[in-house]
Amino acid sequence: MKCQYESQRVAYPYFIAAMALFAAQVLFGLVVGIQYIWPDFLFPAIPFNIGRMIHINLLVVWLIFGFMGSAYYLLPEEVEGEIFSVKLALLHFWLFLIGGATAIVGYLFRWHDGREFLEQPTIIKVAIVVVVLMFIFNMFMTIMKGRRKTGISVVLFIGFLGLAVFYLFAFFKPDNMTLDKYFWWWVVHLWVEGVWELIMAALLSFLLVKITGIDREVAEKWLYAIVGLTFLTGIIGTGHHYYWIGTPAFWQTWGAWFSAIEVLPFAAMVAFSFSMVSKRARNHPNRAAVLWTVGAAVLSFLGAGVLGFMHTLPQINFYTHGTQMTASHGHLAFYGAYAVIVLAMASYAVPNIRGVMPTHQKAEIFAFWTMSISMVLIALSLTGAGIVQVYLQRILAIPYMETQSYITIFYAMRLFFGATFTIGLVVYLYDFFLPGKARAESPS
Amino acid sequence: MTKTSVRNMVIGATVIVSVVFLYMTYLSYASLSERTNSEKISEEVAWGKRVWEKHACIDCHTLLGEGAYYAPELGNVIKRRGEAYVKIVLETAAVQGWGTTRKMPQFDLTEKDINGLMEFFKWMGEIDTNNWPPNIEG
Ligand code: HEM
Ligand code: HEM
Ligand SMILES: [Fe+2]
Repeated sequence: MKCQYESQRVAYPYFIAAMALFAAQVLFGLVVGIQYIWPDFLFPAIPFNIGRMIHINLLVVWLIFGFMGSAYYLLPEEVEGEIFSVKLALLHFWLFLIGGATAIVGYLFRWHDGREFLEQPTIIKVAIVVVVLMFIFNMFMTIMKGRRKTGISVVLFIGFLGLAVFYLFAFFKPDNMTLDKYFWWWVVHLWVEGVWELIMAALLSFLLVKITGIDREVAEKWLYAIVGLTFLTGIIGTGHHYYWIGTPAFWQTWGAWFSAIEVLPFAAMVAFSFSMVSKRARNHPNRAAVLWTVGAAVLSFLGAGVLGFMHTLPQINFYTHGTQMTASHGHLAFYGAYAVIVLAMASYAVPNIRGVMPTHQKAEIFAFWTMSISMVLIALSLTGAGIVQVYLQRILAIPYMETQSYITIFYAMRLFFGATFTIGLVVYLYDFFLPGKARAESPS
Repeated sequence: MTKTSVRNMVIGATVIVSVVFLYMTYLSYASLSERTNSEKISEEVAWGKRVWEKHACIDCHTLLGEGAYYAPELGNVIKRRGEAYVKIVLETAAVQGWGTTRKMPQFDLTEKDINGLMEFFKWMGEIDTNNWPPNIEG
């Protein structure tokens, strides 16, 4: 297998950067995970807040690298034409990498803003906007110059446009904390339960069309239905964050009803991938890519759909709000939906870019199961921690710090599964950076 | 159903929910002064919020249940601990940090910063949160 279009290769550095940053993200996850048990670890050089900020910012940056690389890989095949400007793609690759690295290193020196996930100093935020605009321009021109416009390419484009537009709310920092929180969620919630879901669904559709050989007409109908369900439920579903922050009580009704059905787009992605794979026209040789693709649908359903639903009703959220339950859901949702879909694209695209047959299939399949099972167990450990925390702190009214001393065992379990996760990751990276030498026999 | 009719339904549904969402956003905005006492946001409160952000307190603590889960909820900290105690915490943190197991780092807090944070916490404590948290421990 080879790339059909020369410019698809520009995706390669994006995937490399994504993998390197992924490794760093997990490293900092281990640091903060250790601090939960031994608070003096690396203290005060890297206090918990700095480590956590690096952990999550790296996550978001590597996912966006992965999304962009995926887009550059699939666009030429979708629109049947080369990328508008490879130079521009490389230029904003470096800009993003330098900007991202500056931010992360800056955090270590306490150069940061102070809103969760949006800690980037203003100038870095501006740089991010510039990078994304360059990318969107390149994408737009590629689609316009291509021979055809497909549903997949248009949905992907809308996803990125939304990513850029909602990020603009990161610049809004009013003095009123309630107002601040209200629009903070327009970045965070409307990303992960809105426009990012479009990006995920578009990548999923692309992969399913490629690996099953099924006609795109079928896939695109599913894709539109998923987009519709996402917006129908996710926009008003933002209300599940407006129960207790000083916003009106009507959100408890609206947020509950709409967010409760936010599970639908994720359920649809599961049904979509199973139906496509069971009706497949051929068996794709890259079995690992098939596994990652179906895995993204299933794991996002578990992390976002099931764990999300568990705490989304106000009657339950009243007790679980801001506890380890939230962290449990946050981990499996981010991993299952966004990390895994990027890994699926990398698994599919990178061997094609290199012009080799996919190698180390066994190693990669081992990595999939090790990372995914570990992440499910991390989430379950944190659910255990959350249940005990809710009982002690929210029901028995025991002080926060005291409750923490009772749940160390769950933090130890989380760290243990963090270590097994890291084993899976190391195997994955070995396969990624040191592939075997099998050459492609037949282009397809 | 054809692809086009699915697409048109998607666009229609998105427009409708967006309009409803924007209207509810307007209602939320309109209720802000009543529910959060916005007229009481003094210079000190605003300064306190900026100090809160400067030191990324949110990446250890929760504030109205949002943030990190490594340290106690602070939205109602004045009610839980009383003003005098909270002030001692901040003054100690400015010199050597705070805490015995999980520790708060030493922050360079001026008198103005500490005063701002106190006013900020007092203002936060008066927000109408629909009776969250379930008890004073946050
Ligand atoms: C892939 C999609 C999703 C991702 C990546 C994701 C991620 C997250 C993260 C990171 C948080 C914590 C935010 C914070 O720090 O305050 C969160 C909170 C929350 N999520 Fe999700 N989520 C997703 C989908 C969903 C869905 C589908 C639902 C419900 C149906 C849901 C329900 C919630 C709720 C209720 C909270 C607030 C928890 C609290 O009160 O503390 N999420 N989500
Ligand atoms: C080796 C494994 C990992 C460990 C030990 C770990 C540990 C942690 C810790 C201690 C926190 C802070 C929780 C708090 O605020 O109290 C955190 C937050 C977070 N981590 Fe990880 N992490 C790991 C891997 C990952 C991976 C692979 C992802 C995503 C793909 C991820 C996504 C997140 C997210 C989204 C948050 C914020 C959660 C929230 O606000 O609710 N982590 N992690
Ligand atoms: Fe949400």
